[in-house]
Amino acid sequence: MALTGLDIFKQLPKTNCGDCGVPTCLAFAMKLAQGGAELSQCPHVSEEAAAALSDAAAPPMRAVTVGTGDAAFTVGEETVLFRHDKTFVHPCAIGPRIDSGTSDDEIAAAVATTKAAAFERVQQHLACGFAAVRSTADAARFAAVAADVAEKSGLPLVLMAEDPEHMSAALDAVGPSRPLIHAATEANAEAMIALASEHSCPLAVRASGLDAVAALTEKAAAAGLKELVIDSAPESAAAALRDHVFARRAALKQKFAPLGYPVITFPGDHADGDPMLETVYAAVDVAKYGSIIVLSGAEPWRMLPLLVLRQNVYTDPQRPMRAEAKVYEIGAPGPDSPFLVTTNFSLTYFIVSSEIEASKIPAYLGVVDAEGLSVLTAWAAGKFVPERIAKFVNDSAIAENVSHHDIIIPGAVAQISGELAEELEAWNVLVGPYEAADIPAFLKARAG
Amino acid sequence: MPYTEPVESANGRIREVTVGAGESSVAIGGAAALPFHWFDGEAPRRPMIAMEVFDATPAEWAPALTGALGDVMSDPATWARANVEQHGADMVCVQLASTDPNGADATPQDAAAVVRAVADAVRVPVVVYGCGNAERDADVLKKVAETVTDTVLAIGPATEDNYKAVTAAALGYGHVVVAETPIDVNMAKQLNILITQMGLDADRIIVDPSTGAVGYGVEYGYTVMERLRLAALVQNDDMTQMPMICNLGKEVWRSKEARASEQDEPAWGDAAKRGVLWEATTAITLAVGGADVLVMRHPDAVAVVRKALSGLTA
Repeated sequence: MALTGLDIFKQLPKTNCGDCGVPTCLAFAMKLAQGGAELSQCPHVSEEAAAALSDAAAPPMRAVTVGTGDAAFTVGEETVLFRHDKTFVHPCAIGPRIDSGTSDDEIAAAVATTKAAAFERVQQHLACGFAAVRSTADAARFAAVAADVAEKSGLPLVLMAEDPEHMSAALDAVGPSRPLIHAATEANAEAMIALASEHSCPLAVRASGLDAVAALTEKAAAAGLKELVIDSAPESAAAALRDHVFARRAALKQKFAPLGYPVITFPGDHADGDPMLETVYAAVDVAKYGSIIVLSGAEPWRMLPLLVLRQNVYTDPQRPMRAEAKVYEIGAPGPDSPFLVTTNFSLTYFIVSSEIEASKIPAYLGVVDAEGLSVLTAWAAGKFVPERIAKFVNDSAIAENVSHHDIIIPGAVAQISGELAEELEAWNVLVGPYEAADIPAFLKARAG
Repeated sequence: MPYTEPVESANGRIREVTVGAGESSVAIGGAAALPFHWFDGEAPRRPMIAMEVFDATPAEWAPALTGALGDVMSDPATWARANVEQHGADMVCVQLASTDPNGADATPQDAAAVVRAVADAVRVPVVVYGCGNAERDADVLKKVAETVTDTVLAIGPATEDNYKAVTAAALGYGHVVVAETPIDVNMAKQLNILITQMGLDADRIIVDPSTGAVGYGVEYGYTVMERLRLAALVQNDDMTQMPMICNLGKEVWRSKEARASEQDEPAWGDAAKRGVLWEATTAITLAVGGADVLVMRHPDAVAVVRKALSGLTA
């Protein structure tokens, strides 16, 4: 069971030496209790105390890293059930499954689709996190396809096979790239655990129900494996959600170590071959505790909503996302096009830019750095004030791009128009609508 | 180490709100567990889908949307029938967009006639949303409430600016109020308190916590709903125990990602599937957050979300 900070403090040297990086033993104990530190950071703790504290010192959910180098991803280490309690830690990885039994052309096409599903949004690069290769032919073919997909995609792999001989062949080909092995089952556990140890790879365990999963993770942990992923082989979408919730609760609230691992999900298992339904179930996995989500394909029309949803769900609720501060060209604006300004709160930017786009009137949108706050909040906090806006305008090249000198400010900050006019002598300050939804009507009226 | 299922039973329960008439009336809410947490406690029904009809033919809708809806959009009653008979809508949501005084400026009488026609055309409950102008909505919803009295409508949005008029209309004619607040737990709770203080039963309120689409703030609505649900179920706070409605169709179909053609955004892929999934992923996220009624627009999005809602319900 979980120890409190005070329980842990009793076992520490109480010297406040600071060698752990935290000024006092009590503060260090509190961090340990919350899973924010590792006991090994204290060089002076006694062996008896270390043994007594090992339960509390282990993070309630292990980290698992798949792949190597820049393409590698880490999942796990989650600390809460609800994102308002604390930001989710590692965004889930989403990627497609490719079957080794399909033709070379089909595999090449699937890899190309996977690579093409890449998007830039709010200064983040959104893309597939991995490619899963499933053995549906012989061992040699599995190894060859795994090597081919690894090379052409540049992504970490999830290797899917039940036969240890197939897995062994593929690991001989791509083992050093640290693929995730899927999966150790009750039937093949010894062999798969041995392969994971031999190749130093993370291992997924798959069994029907969390009870059976826990038995397998204990077996793998006893063999020295730390980076495990769990798959409870749920028989329905409803059972999948139950297992995800129970595993997360067991790990965080009961500190039940055998389930303290990230979860891999296969939303297509419950979708009757319907990629739309599969994507909707994948959205549920994004919100509710899927860490590695394997899809039947990575077409852009489904990866875009899923990756944007992931970005939303994994955002720090206390620290809003920011759009890059610059002048955006919407449509194909020319010298006569209107020039509007707003703040760099990502939502403000998205809503204002989509309303301008909906107006079908090309425009320049100046996104001023207001530290990620919305218009009214930024104004109240002194971040969207005449000096800042004027500096933004003067630092930009907008004056050279337009033949007019009209700058349109949000209606919510109409009160700054006079002061802004003083700061921007060459410009006419116009007050736009209060609500973004009224921008199209406003622009159309101006265009006459 | 033995594993014990970490079941968490609730201390409170979501209220049941009944809308519609007689045998075709429908109860919403009623769960004693978080959404789809059927393993924790009683969850008597899946969320309902209310499909939209507009009081005037919408302009500039995405081709993926107008193509799927067909030529029903010029007549609200025909559109409502298609929603129910062809697309299996649990409810119909009339959007009185043309009553906007800054737009088509349709009169309260016009609006009431549209709602009357829709209520006559279908045997499912009807939700009525005004245009969002608080003053106009007060007049329009009053007229609607007094015109259609043979079924329990859900009328809204009642906001902090017009809740008195909307609540009075609901009280007078037996309707349910949709209480809308801007993505804030305390404001949602406060508006419920104000409305019940006027004498409306707490089980005649549906909360609209406001929402955005995926990519446009869906996480704010999602999190506010999760917090409201936890307050209702764990803390047993009775002023947070109203069922929730998400008016998401308009948010989704305003977004560039749902609307853009494949020619305009080749990297985003098939426009029809993308648009449907933008609505469907938004809807399912909000359902997982706690929505009891999803106001939706595209028939294919409705179909796939209905399948998912069933699949998530044991």
